[in-house]
Amino acid sequence: MTSASRIFFGLCAAILSVAAAGCKIEQDMAHQPKDKPLAPSSFFGDGRSERPILENTVARGSIADDDLVVPKDSNAFPLPLTPQLLKRGQERYKIYCTPCHGVQGDGNGMVAMRGMKHPPSFHEPPRLREVPNGYLYDVTTNGFGAMLGYSAQIPPADRWAIIAYIRALQLSRHAPVSDLPPALRDKLDKLNAGGTAK
Amino acid sequence: MAQIFHRSTNFISRFSLFSAVFVAGLALTAILGLARSPYSTNQNISRAQPVQFSHKHHVGDDGIDCRYCHTGVETSAVAGIPPTKTCMNCHSVLYADAPYLEPIRDSYRTDKSIEWVKVHRLPDFVYFNHSIHVNKGVGCSTCHGSINQMPLVFQASPLLMEWCLDCHRNPEKALRPLEPVNEVFNMDWKAPDNQAEIGKQFAAERHIRSTAELTSCSTCHR
Repeated sequence: MTSASRIFFGLCAAILSVAAAGCKIEQDMAHQPKDKPLAPSSFFGDGRSERPILENTVARGSIADDDLVVPKDSNAFPLPLTPQLLKRGQERYKIYCTPCHGVQGDGNGMVAMRGMKHPPSFHEPPRLREVPNGYLYDVTTNGFGAMLGYSAQIPPADRWAIIAYIRALQLSRHAPVSDLPPALRDKLDKLNAGGTAK
Repeated sequence: MAQIFHRSTNFISRFSLFSAVFVAGLALTAILGLARSPYSTNQNISRAQPVQFSHKHHVGDDGIDCRYCHTGVETSAVAGIPPTKTCMNCHSVLYADAPYLEPIRDSYRTDKSIEWVKVHRLPDFVYFNHSIHVNKGVGCSTCHGSINQMPLVFQASPLLMEWCLDCHRNPEKALRPLEPVNEVFNMDWKAPDNQAEIGKQFAAERHIRSTAELTSCSTCHR
């Protein structure tokens, strides 16, 4: 064998052995020894890499939410009422509440239509119009009857935004005509007079 | 001296030279094509799950918003797999005795996680963040496809880096209206004819970064 061919075969053998070793390496940059969110873990007994909040500890940032807790029998509303809050509430209501309570809050959501217990209407009978804000907050947080609590899905500030929107929904069916802006009132007068509003 | 090879072998030698180049080219095309094919990217494979959960039913038929279950999608890197409790919001009443929901009830009783099968897996050196995409107006279906028509979810996009870059180079084509109606979570959204125009406008309004920044390595890799 000439020295050139010896070098050639030697190189080939070296490359092959590196390639073969590469196949056996189980860790590479695409599979790093780290836990991605919600990945299973063999380290903890329950098989989860996500750890629950320990007893008697407070999650960072969550202490501010204490200001949003209102007693069940109180009608206080802990956030400033703004159009943005109502808009946020409308969006969150559509995500989390409409499946059962329906877009109009009458308890005819799609899931209720499919066999879930129909929730009471927000409008009639007037019970839910008369309950204090704190009661609504308690129900969204801890649930009531067939409804489980939504504290895990909706952060406290969004729960209040939803309550503000529910109040707006209720008002939409019980506002006195004198509260309407003049343009809308004209429209209503025309409707009542038998014409068609444009 | 007599010639060893007949004159006709000239053709054979030229033919083999050309075919060597041709075969090499074909092999290269095949390798590159294979790496991009669903065979390598795991596209279009419906994954069996521990529970026969149908997105088609829950999203398509019932109209439940993505965020009802995937609560983290607007605020964190991962959209999140819902806890069993979210299933029980409805299924403590609906189909409460159905045998195929037994794994859900069992998980709720025993506090043991349901091991859902991951459908979209990115390499560990990619740091994808759902919230930035969703908040800037990239819709769910742009990457995940028509989830509302998938009984079992499959990976609709190749998830190759060139696929990511395709959008990072031209983000305006994927930007949806956020006002007055947020179309990000609308599964049936179609780009209007003037998308190129309004997309540019959205990109400016929402301060979408320049192509140079969006295609910089450290945007996605750490």
